[in-house]
Amino acid sequence: MNTKFITDTKLESEIAYFDNISLKLESGDIIDSFKLAFKTFGKLNTDKSNAILVCHALTGDQYVSGNNPITGREGWWSRMVGPNKPIDTNKFFVICSNVLGGCAGSTGPKELQNGSDVAYGGNFPSVTIKDMVKAQSLLIESLNIDKLFSVIGGSMGAMQALQWSIDFPDKILNIIHIAGALKHSAQNIAFHEVGRQAIMSDPIWKNGKYFENNEVPERGLSVARMIAHITYLSEDAMHRKFGRKLQSRDIISFGFDADFQVESYLRYQGKSFVERFDANSYLYLTRAMDYFDHDETFRKNVEFSHNPNNHLKYLIVSFTSDWLFPTLESKMIVNQLNSLSRAVSFLEIDTDKGHDSFLLEEPQLDSVIKGFLTNNFAKINE
Amino acid sequence: MSKINSIRKDWSLIETLITQDRKILDIGCGDGGLMEKLENNRNAITHGIELNRDLAANAIARGFNVIHGNAELDLSQYSNNSFDYVILSQTLQAMMKPKDILSELLRIGSKAVVSFPNFGHWKIRLQLLISGKMPVTESLPYTWYDTPNIHFFTIKDFLNLCNEMNIVIEKSIGLTSKGRQFDISESVTGVNFFTHEAIFLLSYKNFEPIKIKTSKKVFSKNSVIAN
Repeated sequence: MNTKFITDTKLESEIAYFDNISLKLESGDIIDSFKLAFKTFGKLNTDKSNAILVCHALTGDQYVSGNNPITGREGWWSRMVGPNKPIDTNKFFVICSNVLGGCAGSTGPKELQNGSDVAYGGNFPSVTIKDMVKAQSLLIESLNIDKLFSVIGGSMGAMQALQWSIDFPDKILNIIHIAGALKHSAQNIAFHEVGRQAIMSDPIWKNGKYFENNEVPERGLSVARMIAHITYLSEDAMHRKFGRKLQSRDIISFGFDADFQVESYLRYQGKSFVERFDANSYLYLTRAMDYFDHDETFRKNVEFSHNPNNHLKYLIVSFTSDWLFPTLESKMIVNQLNSLSRAVSFLEIDTDKGHDSFLLEEPQLDSVIKGFLTNNFAKINE
Repeated sequence: MSKINSIRKDWSLIETLITQDRKILDIGCGDGGLMEKLENNRNAITHGIELNRDLAANAIARGFNVIHGNAELDLSQYSNNSFDYVILSQTLQAMMKPKDILSELLRIGSKAVVSFPNFGHWKIRLQLLISGKMPVTESLPYTWYDTPNIHFFTIKDFLNLCNEMNIVIEKSIGLTSKGRQFDISESVTGVNFFTHEAIFLLSYKNFEPIKIKTSKKVFSKNSVIAN
């Protein structure tokens, strides 16, 4: 494989170019060439045994730690990844890549079609979690890493971690699967559909060709984000954070301004989202999550895998107040692994912060991830 | 003996019952103390279940394979005969359905190790006899209204249940309140009176895997052939 690596100074990111690769997607479509934007943190040790792949969630990117030049803020998991953090970059070599179909430098609907000066837009082929993982595996291969010590992710990142354990178990030693599931539930598909409808009913969307006039379907995309954001929180957390408090006023206005703090907060979330995320990417990536389904096949795939997978360790974590990926969904994975007496650990963390808990201050999550990585790494290198 | 010493003693005795290189499920594994011992000294592959969230988190953080879960609900997910030993240390008396748990232990494991405090110990009998109140002792330190121990039983009760369930007692170790250890099966008189804590190695009578054939696959099931 001939992979070109280029540093994009504007994006503050490495870009891996895979040319003439003919990546066959699950849909049957073929991408001739593609690129993945990625970042690495820490140093790869001499026996290349300390590499960890962190997979980002729906609206995440490769900026897991350090500065994110797109937002001008810290990376989305800075509290978890870095020197002396739970995923300690003094010890581990951490790789994070923007998924295929994303919009932070990897090939996706926002990028130019091969050999043309027009962006893909709605012509981008449908990608799935399996396709994203396949692309990631090519990146890992090009970095000359035979085996990842761990693949870690929350939400859509957890889906990728699980997919790694199914498709490339011989190339990894363990996965940390946080707030995920074997499948995207009907309720989750429903929420995604509302988000997509919001985008597609924005007149500026124009069948995904909004970029031709240098426009962005801001309204649609921000409404999609507002809906999604509600599902990432919990009723308790919202009540604790906002209650019925009013925003910059003492009395209600008897109108449709953002009277309540919660409204103002959601509007802000929607507005800041459109500045950093591509509407078409949002359509494609939500769809990828919708298509994720290992409900019937997971156990069979683990039991009868043609790649050796008996060495795999699984850490499955859920949160009590997560109603998007409830504990029950995590337990289904645990049950199936236990029925095959695989090395699985499971913890349900007690918190009111909802699905977003994995991104937030949760001391027990920190200690479990840190301990799991450190002690299992020590066991291997004894 | 203090509670912590008695647990350590319990672990050491359990270790003597376990052979090398076995696959073990520790039910109520706490933060993995016994699992660590068995991994280090017996080269065991260990799995654990722990009900307490913080203890389970600690065990996972220490690198053990531990499920945060409830043995009474979660044991059913394990396949037949998938472990060499299933260990239930000092917990049987806290189970809602001890008999069901016991049969689950021997379904999942080829052998089971069960330890429990003996309610037939003379100190307990004496306390109840003299004071007329529910006994509170070092091994059963809780008041009746606030105790995890909801099923009290004696060695005699346990032996009767094993007999009824066609369970074979392969080994049995008793501990006096002073920590002296003896073989329960060899001490005929006064065992139920002097045993403070008891540890049993159990298996099924006439243990023969029976092959059951279905249209899809052949699987073996632990079976009991009643005599």
